[in-house]
This record gives sequence, structure tokens and C-alpha cells, in this order.
Amino acid sequence: MLGFTLKRLGLAVLVAVAVSAAAFLLLRASGDVATALAGEGARAGDIENIRRIYGLDRPLVVQYLDWIGKMAHGDFGQSLYFKTDVLALVRDKLPTTALLALFSLLFALAISIPLGIVAALHPNSWIDRACLALAVLGQALPNFFFALILILVFAVMLPVLPVSGSETWANFVLPSVALGYYVAPPFMRLARAGMIEVLASDYIRTARAKGLSGASIVLKHALVNALVPIVALAAVQLGFLLGGSVVIETVFALDGLGYLAYQSISHLDLPVTQAIVTLLSFIYVGLTLGADLVNAWLDPRIRVG
Amino acid sequence: MIAAASGGRRTTEDAGRGKHAGMHRRLCSLVCPAAMAFLIGLSFAAPAALAAKKDNSLRVAEYQVLDNADPYFNSVRIGVILSHQVWDTLIYRDPKTNQYKGQLATSWKWLDQKTLELELRKGVKFHNGASFDADDVVYTLNFVSKPENKATTQSNVDWIDHAEKLDPYRVRIVTRRPFPAAIEYLAGPIVIHPHEYYAQVGPQGMNQKPVGSGPYRVVEHAMGKYIRLVRNPDYFKDSRKPQPQIEKIELRFIPDRQTQVAEMLSGGLDFIKDVALDQAQQLRGVPNLQVVSAEIMRYAFLQMDSTERTLAPQLRDLRVRKAIMHAIDRQAMVTSIVGEVSRVLNVPCFPSQFGCSDEAAPRYAYDPAKSKQLLAEAGYPNGFDIDLYGYRERDQIEAIIGYLRAVGIRANLHYLQYAAFRDAVRAGKAPIAVWTWGSFSINDVSAGVSVFHKWQADDTGRDPEVRDLIERGDSVVDPQERKAAYAKALALIAERAYVLPLYSIPTFYVAAKDLVFTAYPDELPRFWEMRWQ
Repeated sequence: MLGFTLKRLGLAVLVAVAVSAAAFLLLRASGDVATALAGEGARAGDIENIRRIYGLDRPLVVQYLDWIGKMAHGDFGQSLYFKTDVLALVRDKLPTTALLALFSLLFALAISIPLGIVAALHPNSWIDRACLALAVLGQALPNFFFALILILVFAVMLPVLPVSGSETWANFVLPSVALGYYVAPPFMRLARAGMIEVLASDYIRTARAKGLSGASIVLKHALVNALVPIVALAAVQLGFLLGGSVVIETVFALDGLGYLAYQSISHLDLPVTQAIVTLLSFIYVGLTLGADLVNAWLDPRIRVG
Repeated sequence: MIAAASGGRRTTEDAGRGKHAGMHRRLCSLVCPAAMAFLIGLSFAAPAALAAKKDNSLRVAEYQVLDNADPYFNSVRIGVILSHQVWDTLIYRDPKTNQYKGQLATSWKWLDQKTLELELRKGVKFHNGASFDADDVVYTLNFVSKPENKATTQSNVDWIDHAEKLDPYRVRIVTRRPFPAAIEYLAGPIVIHPHEYYAQVGPQGMNQKPVGSGPYRVVEHAMGKYIRLVRNPDYFKDSRKPQPQIEKIELRFIPDRQTQVAEMLSGGLDFIKDVALDQAQQLRGVPNLQVVSAEIMRYAFLQMDSTERTLAPQLRDLRVRKAIMHAIDRQAMVTSIVGEVSRVLNVPCFPSQFGCSDEAAPRYAYDPAKSKQLLAEAGYPNGFDIDLYGYRERDQIEAIIGYLRAVGIRANLHYLQYAAFRDAVRAGKAPIAVWTWGSFSINDVSAGVSVFHKWQADDTGRDPEVRDLIERGDSVVDPQERKAAYAKALALIAERAYVLPLYSIPTFYVAAKDLVFTAYPDELPRFWEMRWQ
């Protein structure tokens, strides 16, 4: 187990470094940073001024190594646009995104597990297809479109929920539904497949023979075993949710990491974009690593392969 | 397995029948209250807007986040808007008559081409209680004009050499070079900060807790989320800005325009701006809202690269450029897709800008036949392919491409972000570029024409005669001489077809029906003038 863990850890570190380097290069390829920073209406002199002030005229490798070195000490630099410490900025916005990701995940699980169970209990029937369709609709609908529909119905036509902002708990309902619905299908399919497999197993037949009620069998005995892969997937999806909330946060004006990413990308605010990409990639890699290790611990066969 | 299945089937059938009946009952008990709720909900559709009117507050949305509230350290439109609500300038330009009147200054005179002397107003107080006097003017101007202090838009401040105090209510401003537009700049971006506070906290502190002398003061600035303003009860009575009537203003940052519209519909907001034409047209029908369109100083133009380094050498031929000038039906575009209050322009400046005159400029009527003829004469009877760059108003650009195609010019669109677009133009990669320019709301031709025709990085014509005429206009102080020089330059630009001026761009405001407000061409909502009916 230890050898496996170390190998995976090493791989995770390599992936994280590669992602940050790729982001570093790609960000600079999309236009001149100094021009974006100077804003519309700036003269050539203004732009050169800014280029000098922010050290954007140094060679790329020097800029990258400088950045890596500082990051190792927890210094992610200053935001070119907000002129404040990047780490402080990210720390300020992270809770909103974390809450959104968590609620979205809970909503996704809340709709996908029951759907998966119902589908598994009537495999290949019209109920099964209907559940699948309902779940897949989440992935087929562009989530900004779904978000606007939700706003239209629940905030404009029936003013029961607020349209935008992040002041109260009510503000998180619609965004969580919009984002959560998008990640529900894989959970639903996993729950369905897991349940079908478990329901066909010997110990379930034994439970039935013992005379246990359907509900007890499904929920207490079968579901618990079918959940293991779902937990592993949830860890990975959480990473995706943390990084994939840009559109939802923008539509609902939630001041989180995704919104910050959108702003910093529009303004070519390199330090912030770099920091967000790096931070999210580390979290994602960490969660994937955790899921891998949990699976390997539960199922020794994985450690060998 | 079979036993279980048949047993299940029997159970399921019985349960099914009962289940269905139960389901119907359950469905009805679910739908009926929902329908009731829907109807009730509709009737309560606009309580929030009434609430705003009741407590005399205004909720406004902005889509661009403000990075720094200090007007010298941001370059976004909302920063400009905020600067006029929270701060004052030395001179005030009356938006209706375009006349200059004293605001924090009471009078001024030019001592020579580079020295301006001003008398200051007594009895003005900043929001923190400090009194306004010459020290504030001197400190603010000397601080922001130093390049090492990194004011964001250097062109707003680099004309200032220094300011000096003559006595507590008299100052002198010395410019680096003769700069006749100084008065316009002193009425626009140059706001005055309280010197003690500014020296103590600097731009960062000013961003967190802004202090000015204006009609509204900031009570809370949650960066990226909202800014809350309240009426300044001690706003000086002699101000050219009328005393504010609305008590509280909340400016919320909502990046998505659809969300802003949704908030207007649900009564969560009272005022939004920069609404797209098609949405504005649809919102006209909504009973609680009013839609106001206004012409603004922003104008669109099509730039052609006719310099030696151009990637499209055919543009160096005047006939080809003239062909393009005749190819586009600007009036039709104005009528159908740009908006009702915009107008076709014949010179690349906004009509209210000092120095903007199209009297001597030749007109180019829409004449595709003439275009084709000119192209044939120039040696392109079958037209040619060319790259066209743009960064906003994509629908208008597509229309332009359509018109060009009709005369045989096959334009290949590169639609980019502004920064990338500007890079391409400066690097000579954009043979045709479609621009819009707002001139920072500065009502002087030097904020527009000089940027594009004075051999600076964005000039793709590089005509020495035009440059010299504009240089003259920019540097002499006598208004008549300036006007004459600019008029000649603009006439030459039109004759030699360096750019095709398109039209002025309108903006649409959507507000609660009971809000009384006026829309001005400088894109600056004046909250201190607004009130609830």
C-alpha cells in the first residue's frame, strides 16, 4: 500500500506542476498583458510604462521560475487588477465557491441516488428509461440556459427566491440546483449499475429469503455497498464543481472563485488566474489521489495493477 | 427468481391500481396549490420596486467590477460614474449647454500658454469634515501626475507639470506643454481628494473608504459585490450639481446582463444601463419599467491600413478606399440595427466635441455600383479577399461584411477581445479594423482624433499633413485657431478616405417607471439629479 501511495503521490505532483506551466504559457499567448491592463484608451507610452512596472518585459522562463519560487513560500504575488495580495483575494472568495460546490454535490446526490435506485429496481423498463432521461437532461441542458430558466420561473414569475447575490442561504438554492443538476447523471448511472449488481448478489437473496422487507433490503443492505464507488466519484466531482462554477457564479452574481476567475481572465490578470488554476488543479489532483487511495484500500486488486 | 417475480407482479398490479388512484389525488393536491401560488405570486410581482421608492433609495447594477474606487486608479466606466457622485472637480461642464462653470474653483484665467491660475471656492467640506482649500488641489495634482505613483490612465494626468499654492484659495497649474484641453480635463477626470486623508491612506485606503466632497458619500464598499452610498446632507449649496434628492444608492456588481434584466423584472433593481437593443425593445412592453434611449459620445468607425507595412496593399490605392466608403449603407444600419437615436457621421469624432466639424468634409453616399466601378478602375474587377478585425457589436460587423461582400470584397472576420484586437492593429496585422471610441467622455477632439491620426501607435493612415494640422490644433490655446486646424484635418481625413466614420452608438437605459432621470450623451448617469415621482 505504501509503495502504491508514493507512486500516486509522485504522479499527482507532476500533474499539478505540468498544469501550472501549461496555464502560464497559454495565458500569455492570448494577448499582451500590458495592453489589457492599461485598458481601452491608453496610449503606447502608458502601455510601455505598465510593461516595465510589472516586469512583463523579462524572459518567460525567468517570470515562471520567479513565480514558482515565490509560490513555494506562499507568496502568490499581487493582483494586477485589484492591486491586493492574491492569496488574500482567493481566500476571501473560496468559501462562497466551496459552499456552492458542496450544496450542488448534495443536491446532485439527493436526486441521483433515488433515481438510480428506482431505475435499478425496474431495470430496462420504461421507468428505467425515464429516470435515465431525467438524469441525462441535466447534462444535455447548457447550465447557463438552465440557470436562466430557473431564475425566470422561481425569481421572476414566482418571486420566491432572490435572483442574484450571495447574502443569504436562499441565494444558494437556485445556483446549487443549476450546478448540481449538471453533475447528477454520472452518479445516477453509477447508483443504478451498483444497485443492479448488488441486488443480484447472494447475500441479498439471503436477506430476501430471511423475509426482510423490500425497503430494508434496498436501503440498509444494498445501497450501502453500492455507495462505495459513488463516494469515490463524489470526491472527483467535487473538484470539478469547484473549478466549473464560473458560469453559474457569473449568472447569479455570486462572488466566488469562479467569478474571480472570469474577471481575472477578462482583464488578463495573470497572477490571479495562475493562482486559481494552480490552486484548483492541486485540489482536484488531491481529491483524485484521495479517491484512488480509498479505492485501493477497499479493493486490494487495484494496488497491483 | 420466478417465484419472486410472480409474487412481485401480483403485488405490483394491486398496488399499481391503488397507486395510480393515489397518484392522481396526490398530483391534484400538488398542482392546485401551486397554481394558486403562481397567481398570488404574480400579483406580488413588484413589491420590491415599491419598497425602493418608499424609502427613497435606488438600486443600480453594473456589470464591470470596480478594481479601485479611487478615480485615478481605475479605467472602467463605473469608476468614472462614481467619481462624479462622490467627488467634485474644479470646473463643471454643464451637460445641457456644454458651457464651463466654476465648481470647486470660482474663476480661472490663462496667464500664458502653459500656466492656469484659479480662484477657489470657500466653505466646501469633505465627507470627513476637512475643509477644502488650495492644499487639496496642490497635493492631489502633484501626486497623480507623478508617473511613479502609477495612475492608471496616464494620458489623463501627464499633461500636468505641477500645481503650486499662491494662498489658501488660489492655485496655479503649470502644464508640461501648451494644452488647451486642460479646462475639459479639469471638468472631467481630475477630481480633488482631501490632502491629509489621501497622504495618510493613499490610493488603497481611498479605495476601501472613499472620501470626497461630492453629493453622495460612500458608507460601504464590499469589493466585487456592492457599493452603498448615502446623500451628503452638507453638500455645498453653491455647487453646480443640484442638491441630491435620493437618500440611498446601492450599486451592485452583476456581471451577467440577463441576470440584470431578470432583477429588473422581479423588482430587485431600479436602474440598469447598456441594455442590448433587442432586449430594450422587448422590455418596452413591461408595465413597471421605462426604457430610455440616448445617443452617447461613443462613435464607431472603420479603419483601413494604408501604410507601407499594410498586409493589404490594395488599400494604399485611394480608389479602393473610396470604394469601401461608398459600399456601406450606414443609414440603413442606423435605422434597423444600431438604434433610433444614433446618427450617421461624416467625420471620425462626436459632433459635440470641441473641434469636431464636418462642414468641409466630402460626403460618401451609399452607392454600391460606384464602389464596383472604383474597384474595377483600381484593377480589382472581381474584388479581393481581406482580413477584418473587430471586438464588439458583432451584429453590426456582420452587416458591414455583408455590404462589402455585395461589392466583391470578401472579408474574413477576426473577432477578438479588446486587448488582442488592439495588439493586432498596432502590429499592422489588421488591414481593416472596426473600432468604437468613447473618448473617456472628454468633449474635445484631442481625446479622439489625435489618438488615431497623429502618427501614434493606432494611426494606420500616417499622413504628415493631417498629423501637422492636428498637432497644431492640440497645442495652440486660441479656440478659433484650434477649430480651423481641426476642421482642415478632418476634411483631409475624409478626402483621403483613411477611415470610414460609421455612426454614433446609442445606449439604452431601463429603469423603474416612477424614476425621473435624464440621459446625457456622456454616458454618465447623474444620481444627484434623479428622484422618485
